[in-house]
Parts: sequence; C-alpha cells; structure tokens
Amino acid sequence: MSENKKFIQGNEACVDGALYAGLDFFAGYPITPSTEIAELLSYRLPQSGGKFIQMEDEIASLCAIIGASLTGRKVMTATSGPGFSLMQEALGYAVMTEIPCVIVNVQRGGPSTGIPTHGSQGDVNQARWGTHGDHAIIAMTASNHQDVFAITVEAFNLAETYRTPVILLFDEVVAHMREPLVIPESGAIPLVERLRTSVKEGVDYHPYLPREDGRLPMSDFGGVHRYNVTGLFHDMWGFPSTEPRTVHGLLRHLVDKIENHTNQIVRYREYYLEDAEHLLISYGSAARSARHVVEDRRLRGERLGLLELQTLWPFPADIVREKCIHPKSVIVVELNMGQILSSVKMVVNDPQKVFLANRIDGIFITPEDILNILRLIQGRGV
Amino acid sequence: MAVKEYLRERFFPHLWCPGCGHGMVLNGLLHAVEKLGMSKNEIVMVSGIGCSARISGYVDFHTLHTIHGRALAFATGVKMSRPELNLIVPMGDGDALAIGGNHFIHAARRNIDITAIVMNNRIYGMTGGQFSPLSGEGIQATTAPFANIDYSFDVVELSKAAGATFVARTTTYHVQQMTEIIRKAILHEGFAVVEVLSQCPTYFGRKNKAGDAVDMVKWFKNNTTPVGSNAKQENPDLIERGIFVQKESPEYCNEYDKVVQRAMKMVK
Repeated sequence: MSENKKFIQGNEACVDGALYAGLDFFAGYPITPSTEIAELLSYRLPQSGGKFIQMEDEIASLCAIIGASLTGRKVMTATSGPGFSLMQEALGYAVMTEIPCVIVNVQRGGPSTGIPTHGSQGDVNQARWGTHGDHAIIAMTASNHQDVFAITVEAFNLAETYRTPVILLFDEVVAHMREPLVIPESGAIPLVERLRTSVKEGVDYHPYLPREDGRLPMSDFGGVHRYNVTGLFHDMWGFPSTEPRTVHGLLRHLVDKIENHTNQIVRYREYYLEDAEHLLISYGSAARSARHVVEDRRLRGERLGLLELQTLWPFPADIVREKCIHPKSVIVVELNMGQILSSVKMVVNDPQKVFLANRIDGIFITPEDILNILRLIQGRGV
Repeated sequence: MAVKEYLRERFFPHLWCPGCGHGMVLNGLLHAVEKLGMSKNEIVMVSGIGCSARISGYVDFHTLHTIHGRALAFATGVKMSRPELNLIVPMGDGDALAIGGNHFIHAARRNIDITAIVMNNRIYGMTGGQFSPLSGEGIQATTAPFANIDYSFDVVELSKAAGATFVARTTTYHVQQMTEIIRKAILHEGFAVVEVLSQCPTYFGRKNKAGDAVDMVKWFKNNTTPVGSNAKQENPDLIERGIFVQKESPEYCNEYDKVVQRAMKMVK
C-alpha cells in the first residue's frame, strides 16, 4: 500500500479531510459513534501545531470552537444526536454572528439515547431546523470514505466562503465501516482560506457590513480591529439593534447568502440517470445499498438510476425537480421515516410517483429491502 | 491612557437602571485595566446574557457577547487558541452559577488563565426579578412570591473547591478594593474569580424592601468585613471580603504547550 493509501474507518477519513483542509482547533466531548474523531485529533492535532481540548459537554465544545474561530483558526467539533441536540443554541449563535465552523454529527438512532451503536439518518431535519428562528444552513453527507474526505474539505471551504456553520451529517455505518482512502496530494483539492479585511489600523472597520458580493471580510480577535460580536440582531458595527430595517436586513442577508447560492453549494453524484425509468434518490450510507441495486438491475437490463445527494441543505430543489421529470417512479432511500422524502415531494411536479424505501430498526437497509419496494411499485409483488 | 479611552461612547447611553451597581463594576474594572497599562488590543471580554453581560458592549476591547451561561466556554476557546490574550469574563449570578454553573467549575478545575467576575446582585434583572442561585432562602422574588426556599451557593467556597487559584470577594461600596482586586486577578496566571456584590434597586431592592441604591450600597459597607478580621468572630453573619486564595499552580495553556512538545517528539 502506498504511503497515502490507508484502510480505515469513516471517522478517520473525516479526520484526514479536516486536517487536509487546515483544521487547527478541535473541541469535543465523547459520544458514540463519533468518539474516534476526538481520539484521533487529540493525537494528531498537537503533532501538527494545532490544538485539541475535551470540554465538559457538547454545548461547551461548540462554544469553544466558535471562540477559537474568531481568533482566525479553522475549527471543528464532532458529536452524535444527543450532543447535537445540546448544541442547537450555540449553532444558532454561529449562524447569527457568521462565524465559520464545522460540526460533525455522526448519526445514530434516536430520539433520546436511542440506539447509540447503530446507524440512522434521523437528524436530517434537525440539522435544518434544530436551532430556533428563521435561518439558512449548509448540511452535507457522503457514502464512502473518499467522499467523506472530500466533503469534509468542502465543508471547511464553504464555512469560510459563506461565513457559516456547516454540518456534516455522517452516520454510524459509514463512520465505523472500513475501506480504503487515498489521501490526495497537497494542493490537489483547492482550499478556501479566511477572507480577512484589508482595512488598515486606525481606519473604521465595519465587521457586519457585507461587501457588494455579500461576503464579510473578518478581522481576527486579538488583531488591530476591536469590534463587538453578539447573537442579538446587530448593525454594521456589531452592536445590538431593534431597528426594524436593521433586523429585516440582517435576517434577509443570513438567508440569502446561502439560499441564493444553492446551485453553487450543491454537490451530488448521479448513476445511470440518462434513461432511468425508476429513479432512486439516496444519501449517506443508504446510498451504498441503493447503488448496489441500480448496478445489479442494470446488468439484468432494468433501467434504474441513482441520484446520490451530498448536499442536503440547502435542499437541491432544481436538481431534484429536473432529475425526477422523466422517470416513472422515484424511490427515496433513507434510514428514517421520510425526512428527505418530504422535501422531494415538495419540489417535484408529480409527488404521487414518489415513494419511500426505509428502515428504522437500527439495521442497515439492504438491496433486498429496496427491491421489495420497487417490485411493489411495479405491481410485481415481493 | 485615561479610563474614558476604554469606553465605546458610540454605544452610550447604557441600558442599566438608575442606581444599578453594574456601572460601578465597570468603573472598577476599567481603573484596574488602566493601572495595568494594558493595550486595548490585548484584552478580550466575553460575556453571556443578562444585565451584567451588556458590559461587554461598552468597552473598547475585542468583545464577544454570547449566549446565556456559556461565556466561559467561548472564552476557553479564545484563550486556548491565543494564550497571549487577556480574557476577562464578567457574568451575572444566574449566568455564572445557574445555567453556567458547569462551565464555571470546569474552567476553575482546568486553571485556565481567565479572569471571571461574578457581578452578584442576587436576582435575574433582565427578565424582571426572579430568584437566582445566589439569592438565598427567605428572599422575595417574582418566582418566589411566598419567599425563596432555595439555599444559595457561596461563590468563594465553590470556586475554592472547584480549583480556582485566585478567589476574592468585594462590593460596589469598596471601589478602591474592587479595583485593586481586579488588577491582581488579571495579573494572576490561572483561573481567577472575583465576586462583586452589586445592587439591583429596581428588582432585588424593591421586592425585599432594601431601600434605594444608596441604602443597598451602605448595606454592603455595614455587613461586610475584611477577610480574617476579629469582627467576623464576633458577628458570624458578616460577609468576608478580600482575597481568599492566591496560589501558583500549573496553568492550562502552559500545560497544553507541554502536550504539544511531547506530541512533536512522537513525530520525530
């Protein structure tokens, strides 16, 4: 095996991606099935000049990385459902204050303590709407280690580009599965570095006055510009405001900066879509079984296709609508009770032809599970 | 540098009520910073939510007004990332010790170099006068209409037990002492806790018939005594003020530097 090829768990692929992207500060709290991420980073970050801290809970973990990000670092925390629930208030704070950070949620079965050692994709809608108030968010996922690596790098890039928290919704199956990862050469994947202000010392710096392109250059805490950061609605100085135009303008900005760039943010993979009669839409670990079904059936001459979503939020509405036009049926394959199904139904022209193939018992969905649903739709019985 | 230079006058008037003690804490804090001759760029103030937390908006430092109770967690991230910066974290009593109690004891346990100031007015002011974990039994509050049955924390004892390496208490009456204590707390390398008894005439005072702001400040004068004084032995109800703990102990960020050194050796 060459030096840059590894046979590892998905959690380690995430760690490799984060370090490739320039992660240099991590705070976390132990929780199954994400703990390996913290363990590996406690070992590797100090070796590369970065810092690791184990905090007293998940709330503190997210708060700590937000603080560190403000000083100019690339930051991440990792958790699973219960910890992600605890993080929701601080997540909203990062949205409101526009502080780049990456939050990994290695999903397990819920609600509550649920089924910690088994896979699930039950936190998809929590990632979208878990924190209170209107807002936009970026959430991404991947089904294999090479993509876990690449999507993790992408998460850091998008966090910097849009000054936003980015959620990585991995799941227990991919996180604990072992498969090869080839680490790309340095420079093979472009990295987005922090956009810092060019305003000189002594000249007024407006931390919350967007440029014409909507981006907000930052100034590191500890640098020459002193400013206020608050989770209250705030003006261009970062000072609290209840002035209606300011409140409206900020909320519009927070939503538009992401929703208006949906097509630039969206990542997906497609398999055999050109002539597909039946389209599977899936993501994360579930997409592995979906892909197996498609490739297996193609060998038998059945025209199946797979749209594998990697960006879940903002929802790739245009792509999904377009890809769903021609197929006779659309089957959403996911490990929950239809969290992406409802978004698909909302955007397609004919919601009647959209079906759900799922499992919610902690057991990974098999190709046979998906085939059974397909046969039912085709009127062939199981 | 004149104390006024540390203020963001753009953001005045402040939102504190007439007679509030928090402005006196701000005064004591800024005089301490001025005496230390610190540059504004080397100070980061992190606060949570509440009347006390608004202090961060008024000072011309790097200021981070965060979420309720979590200021010390944010501050830990800033400090760990940039240990050369001076972290000052003013908190209210509910902010520091109810919702933020866990972060408080863990920051103390780590002995991370942060100056925590507990602006203790024994009430939730921003929300209109509910009892806090520092109100104490017998206190009247909007959520204790038949008198409070919750015992209060003793901030000094709690901080000592949690591992803080500098622990002090003062009041808004003793402004000179407050300035001197905060100065020493900022200089201290490790987790420093300064409890400042502060008055809330609007809610605590009115509900508990404690008089106006002047009466409440006089109460601090008449009901506190220097730590270790004979008066305390004669009258155990007196509240001691002064420095209770000031000791050297390995600081968290320095210790992490050693972790980095050990990790680097593994690479070689």
